Amino acid sequence: MAIGLPKRLLTTAATALLLAAGLAACGDSAEPAGAPKTLTYWASNQGSSLDADKQILQPELDKFERQTGIKVTVEVVPWSDLLNRLLAAATSGQGPDVVNIGNTWSASLQATGAFIPFDDATIAAVGGKDRFVPAALAAAGAAGKPPTAVPIYSLAYALYYNKKMFADAGITAPPATWEDLVTAGRKLTGGGKWGLAVEGANISENAHHAFTFGQQYGGEWFDAAGKATFDTPQNVAAIKRYIDFMAVDKIANPSNAEYAQNQSVSDFANGKAAMLLWQAAGSALKAQNMSPDAYGVAPVPFLASPPSGGKRVNSMVAGINMAVFKHTKNRDAALQFVKFMTSDEEQVILNRTYGSLPSVKTVAGDAAFAAPEQKALAEVLGSTAAPLPQVPAESQFETLVGTAMKELFADAASGKQITEEMVKAKLTNAQQQVRS
Amino acid sequence: MTATTAPDRLRRPATPPRAPARPARRTRRSLLPYLLLVPAVVLELGVHVVPMVVGVWMSLLELTQFHIRDWSTAPFVGLDNYRATLDVDTAAGQELLHSFWVTAAYTVASVGLSWLLGIAAAVVLQRPFRGRAFLRTLFLTPYALPIYAAVVTWSFMFQRDTGLVNQVLLDTGITDHRPFWLIGGNSFVAVLVVSVWRSWPFAFLCLMAGLQNVPDDMYEAAYIDGAGFWRRFQYVTLPMLRPVNQVLLLVLFLWTFNDFNTPYLLFGGSAPPAADLVSIHIYQSSFIIWDFGAGSAMSVTLLLFLLVVTAGYLFLTRRRRSDA
Repeated sequence: MAIGLPKRLLTTAATALLLAAGLAACGDSAEPAGAPKTLTYWASNQGSSLDADKQILQPELDKFERQTGIKVTVEVVPWSDLLNRLLAAATSGQGPDVVNIGNTWSASLQATGAFIPFDDATIAAVGGKDRFVPAALAAAGAAGKPPTAVPIYSLAYALYYNKKMFADAGITAPPATWEDLVTAGRKLTGGGKWGLAVEGANISENAHHAFTFGQQYGGEWFDAAGKATFDTPQNVAAIKRYIDFMAVDKIANPSNAEYAQNQSVSDFANGKAAMLLWQAAGSALKAQNMSPDAYGVAPVPFLASPPSGGKRVNSMVAGINMAVFKHTKNRDAALQFVKFMTSDEEQVILNRTYGSLPSVKTVAGDAAFAAPEQKALAEVLGSTAAPLPQVPAESQFETLVGTAMKELFADAASGKQITEEMVKAKLTNAQQQVRS
Repeated sequence: MTATTAPDRLRRPATPPRAPARPARRTRRSLLPYLLLVPAVVLELGVHVVPMVVGVWMSLLELTQFHIRDWSTAPFVGLDNYRATLDVDTAAGQELLHSFWVTAAYTVASVGLSWLLGIAAAVVLQRPFRGRAFLRTLFLTPYALPIYAAVVTWSFMFQRDTGLVNQVLLDTGITDHRPFWLIGGNSFVAVLVVSVWRSWPFAFLCLMAGLQNVPDDMYEAAYIDGAGFWRRFQYVTLPMLRPVNQVLLLVLFLWTFNDFNTPYLLFGGSAPPAADLVSIHIYQSSFIIWDFGAGSAMSVTLLLFLLVVTAGYLFLTRRRRSDA
């Protein structure tokens, strides 16, 4: 019983406890010299689950340890947490050595200065600039600055179409223009089925389409000085074209306006919709029991007669980059690991597993990427894909324009007529909220 | 008379009678309690006070991604962040104001409904009957469920084509078409329903505990005086529950006004305008676009507003109590 103990003893014990707690908090966690090097790696969620990713990555990390003696501890971070976790690590100067980042964050994260820039010497240490697919490397930081990361998985948008539904409707070839897509969509819509599935409440998806359509109409979301130019006539026309699939053409189910959890992929896989614009949907479709024979993959359509200034772009350069934190105590080991993950062998193994494309040119011709889906994606990535604006305010574009489009879809779904004035008003409102 | 004096006994139950201090050995003994308080003080400082002070400091800086790594490089901008976010002539200021009104309506409705449901259930379950324990457990289930699983389940139930809510509405003939719940005007109703569903069990729990303290003889006395159910409720139950209600309403108000999880999980990260609650609005319009200074300015403003409301509420309820 505490009451029976001498007070002095209690006081001493309490003091000791506090001191011990304080000392432990101050303890230095640096490794003693000569110990085997350990790296911490935050991987992004590329497979069907966090566990699946861990099981895919672990054998490769073991291989790396056998080759170099460097142990890599991996944590797969879900997308919903990744950016917040990266920011916390950047702010505190503590955290992992090597991380995966979504390539659209490159310029924003570059501005934090938290990552080692891949200048000529650094990029040479991981195999050299010329190894990488130029489009993918262009999405790794602002133009004119050394990339803040190097690409490891590349993706592009494509048009996925249900072969049987196309055959039943008497459509022989996938549409190459938006006009054809609408014609085909009208034939395919009816009886509870729809021509096209869109992910109307998903802000990022919306913003990605805003970019592609904007490019085709000759619009830019930021000017050369990095200032937002959301409400130009070109951008208004571009957004209206996309929303009109639901509002005017009525080839997309109004319910799609509330889709934000990849329900459009499910609708396509279940035959409720005949077409889908998505990036590397193959593995997701397989997970929902849609056989690769059941669908075709074609490039995202273009405008039949593009306006002046319209660009021949039908996808963003989508993908994942790998970056090294400046605060790492094992810079050389971290770069060695980046080199390993972007080596020919690992690029084939990992991208084959994830259904993405290699970010290095040397293995582009590998048999692992000869499936129709990968061939179509590689074709787009190599010729008609462009990176999203590499400016620090890019995330504001995604949030504000993506949200404006979500609201327009909601209006369209409730039967409101979508006019150019409405689109322009939404985009003007979004633009006014951009902080520079 | 009894009804007004008895609660006074209940109002300050937490203070035990203080033992008279002996003057001898006083200095040596008085050290220990303070020492034992240190961990609590350190934690309180670390968990509450320091982050709050840092938040206030952040709100005075132009803290964007350019300065997040080294805050000392962030330019000091004074009240510029406040001016920019609270200027109702700008688009951003108007959206924040709109969000504030939505949140106010949401909070009033949610707290009111939660309290009504809570008091109704507590009164019904006040007298023992067969199945009372089962009902109590059942009513408390929403409070015990993990919020993530619960709200995501609601978001599936609210889906237009495949959701349970629309299926029930159609089957019972309440509507003949499928309304949207997660976008458009109905989204306010959707988030309100989930909020009430989540918070009324807490009201029920507190009020049920409060009712245990109402002596039976007061009801008997009222009954003998000829008071019916409503009069007993009005003149015995409600006055006896006043100390519980005072705290309960305040806590529910603060929780609901600040609620982030419910809209975030229900609407997948960005709320539709009709349900644009202020916590998620701040998250969307500042943190997610890397403007941490502006986000902090909005958060500090929200904190000040809640402080003023809380202080005003406590002042009013205290005064009414001393009047009584």
